[in-house]
Amino acid sequence: MKGVRHYPGFLAMAVACLVILYAPLIVVTIYSFNGSTSITTWGGASLRWYGAVFTGPDAPRFKAAAWNSLSIAFLAATTATAIAVAAAVAMIRGGRFRGKSLTFALINLPLMVPEIVTAVACLIFFSAIGLTPGYLTILIAHITFCIPFAYLPIAARLTGIEESYEQAARDLYATRAQAFRLILVPLMMPGILSGFLLAFIISLDDFIITNFVKGAGMETLPTAIFGSVKQGIKPDIMAISTMMLATSVLFVTLSYLANRIGQKTRS
Amino acid sequence: MAGIAPNTGGKTDSGPKTGGSGGYRGIIGPLLLPTWVMIGVFLVLPVLLMAIYSFLTKEFRGGVIWDFTLAAYDQFFLNRGLFGDEPPVLEWTYVTIFWRSIWQAGLATLVCLIVGFPTAWFIATRPPASRAVWLFLVTVPYWVNLLIRTVSLKFLIRDTGPLNEGLMALGLIDAPLPLVNTNLAVQLGLFYSYLPFMVLPIYAAVERYNFALSEAAADLYADRWTILRHIVLPVVRPGIIAGCILVFVPSLGAFLAPDLLGGAKTFMIGSLIDEQFRGSQGNWPFGAAAAMILMTLVLIVLLIYARAQTKGEPR
Repeated sequence: MKGVRHYPGFLAMAVACLVILYAPLIVVTIYSFNGSTSITTWGGASLRWYGAVFTGPDAPRFKAAAWNSLSIAFLAATTATAIAVAAAVAMIRGGRFRGKSLTFALINLPLMVPEIVTAVACLIFFSAIGLTPGYLTILIAHITFCIPFAYLPIAARLTGIEESYEQAARDLYATRAQAFRLILVPLMMPGILSGFLLAFIISLDDFIITNFVKGAGMETLPTAIFGSVKQGIKPDIMAISTMMLATSVLFVTLSYLANRIGQKTRS
Repeated sequence: MAGIAPNTGGKTDSGPKTGGSGGYRGIIGPLLLPTWVMIGVFLVLPVLLMAIYSFLTKEFRGGVIWDFTLAAYDQFFLNRGLFGDEPPVLEWTYVTIFWRSIWQAGLATLVCLIVGFPTAWFIATRPPASRAVWLFLVTVPYWVNLLIRTVSLKFLIRDTGPLNEGLMALGLIDAPLPLVNTNLAVQLGLFYSYLPFMVLPIYAAVERYNFALSEAAADLYADRWTILRHIVLPVVRPGIIAGCILVFVPSLGAFLAPDLLGGAKTFMIGSLIDEQFRGSQGNWPFGAAAAMILMTLVLIVLLIYARAQTKGEPR
């Protein structure tokens, strides 16, 4: 029984896979606590570089960048999630309609077009319509490429919800809006949450598109970090990286829990 | 907007399976409008505009002059000598960059497959509790900022980094391995960036695999590797193809790995395009043309993928 599932060497490969994925992250986390000014030698454990992130000469720049990143990620993820919920309801609950496969292709388009192409296209478009590069252009671009990431978990969840719940509500004279708000939204919530978190992380993660449409003087965390790294990896960058790493892990855990709750509520 | 009207050619009553029990059929248009507007106006339109820009004349301060020309594509493929008056021969500079990108992306896909398949298989054959832990561990790096992962990798493998220091301390090498700024470093970066994209779809396919098929083959005296080749691989093929696409496509247009880990000799498409839009030395039509060629390549790959998917269906 066990024989056909077991292949010699596969365990070693899986372990190797984890080592490769984690080694750089663990090394940077350890070195972010390095007390030395040199990134090569170990000068004892210290939190000085974390202090430097908040009080050092670069602190105002990173603070502004962090605020831009977080506020853009929040606004983009919220908007994209709202758009994706509407789209998912139409696509999954709307039955067959003309233009359905075209709409499906459109929703998935941001996943198909290489990021650098989207970046170039957005830059050209914004410059052609005379929209000054800055916060607004980044936000618009982020909302657009976040839509499929928000859509996928929401649509997957909605597909698994039987229509009988809404039918029962409608039979009991609930209006369409009431059935949606009181029945469908609570059932979809784990999917909506997953979609929002995924969109948030994807927005926070983006470098290429942001770098093209941000304009001069405007920075998000990735573009600010990229600018610093170009002049060499400094210890405070490792401290910022570790904090972003911790944020990501927190988000995965949240999303994982949202899914767990989702599985429990799925009858 | 004519394309949005519900298909009235079919059934007009809303049976339970045709949808519409929630009464959403009448408002499909308004529900989808935000999606159409956002993606239509801010992605489809820009890509079309980019296609037009690739046929325009470059302006020296960055930007374009509205004069239609094939100059950008001419510059990409043909060499007409320093003054443009010699008979055209094939220009290798940019074709080489594209070829290197295709080659690097292909190799990264292959290496990801070699590491990713056994990993995905191993995870899918664990008991449910430890499977969830393994899956969680493989997913976490996917959520970590790509820039930070690439910078971390650079920190690890640089000349005075922990990897070289460690190997030297162990006496395995005398001088640091010059990893950074090589094709190998870029390759490692691409592999490291997109490995989770290979593991997850293959895992999904193996998880659905019916192991009774393997057992039947084993009962008929097929050995392990014969089963893997002739039974398992054909069945989980869609997952493998999906994984390959998810690694190959972003690797092809990757910017961070080649830019941070590579040097002038490892130049890839992403950096070439990026350069055309930086400052006053840029050439927008040429950048747009290079982006068009990249998108054409990706489109070809996706079409092959769609072919392979529909071919696999009837079995």
